[in-house]
Amino acid sequence: MAPKVKYGSVKIGDSLPTVTIENVSRPDFVRYAGASGDFVPLHYDQTFVEAAGIPTVFAQGMWTAGCLSRCLTDYAGAGNVRQFKVRFARQVWPGDTLTCRGKVTGKSEKNGEKLIEGEVEVANQKGETTVRGNFAVAAA
Amino acid sequence: MAIDKSVIGKTGKPFTMPIEWSKVREFARAIRDPNPVYFDQELAKKECGGIPVPPTFLQVAAFWQDADSMPTVHFDVRRILHGEQEFELHKPILVGDVLTGTARIADVYEREGGRGGKMTFMLTEIEYRNQKGEKVAVARSTLIETGQAVGG
Repeated sequence: MAPKVKYGSVKIGDSLPTVTIENVSRPDFVRYAGASGDFVPLHYDQTFVEAAGIPTVFAQGMWTAGCLSRCLTDYAGAGNVRQFKVRFARQVWPGDTLTCRGKVTGKSEKNGEKLIEGEVEVANQKGETTVRGNFAVAAA
Repeated sequence: MAIDKSVIGKTGKPFTMPIEWSKVREFARAIRDPNPVYFDQELAKKECGGIPVPPTFLQVAAFWQDADSMPTVHFDVRRILHGEQEFELHKPILVGDVLTGTARIADVYEREGGRGGKMTFMLTEIEYRNQKGEKVAVARSTLIETGQAVGG
């Protein structure tokens, strides 16, 4: 599980690979419900959400966070993510297009391992942040 | 209704979580991740020593545990928000591993919210160890019950 990132060549402010999620749709939420076991009806049951006063079903926050995690694994290689924290700011709705992006904010060493730290976020097509987070990945 | 602080520190019965390829693959598809390490065993073996799990994969455990493994406070499902989620990943988790998770309620508190009214926060922490007894991960989640429905 060799880290893809070379510690010495990383600079503060470097961008992570951007991941675009086109046309978020209800089947995304249903597929994620099955994959994760998150059957909170807010994410697939239109009758339920309308009764609760919500216009339509919306994405599981962790679905969006999962899409965002691709920035980290594309950057550092799967298995090299050491820490990933997300905060949910806004719902993601069917029809949204999401841009997942991030940048490096720090470098450090912990328990003999070289780490790259940074911030990531998911923005919708209006430029609003839906999820923001921070991370640490292992580097070589 | 006043919140019950006595649940803080309550620990669930340890649960077993086998890391299965079909579930990892299904999860990767669900988050639209085409990374071949989740789908190609040979490549994954070469690159990662086995098929790894996506960084947020452990979230699946939060949903299929028995009630006695997941200590909780009663929240109204129409008013639940997932506020924060954190994963610390200390050691590789690969398909074939068998993890043992232990959940505990780290904190419960109330706060006056904005348009959602009074909000109740519950912080849960799950520690995972692998079949060798090594601590591989810690998952922390903050769930919020708002005063009124969450959408719109």
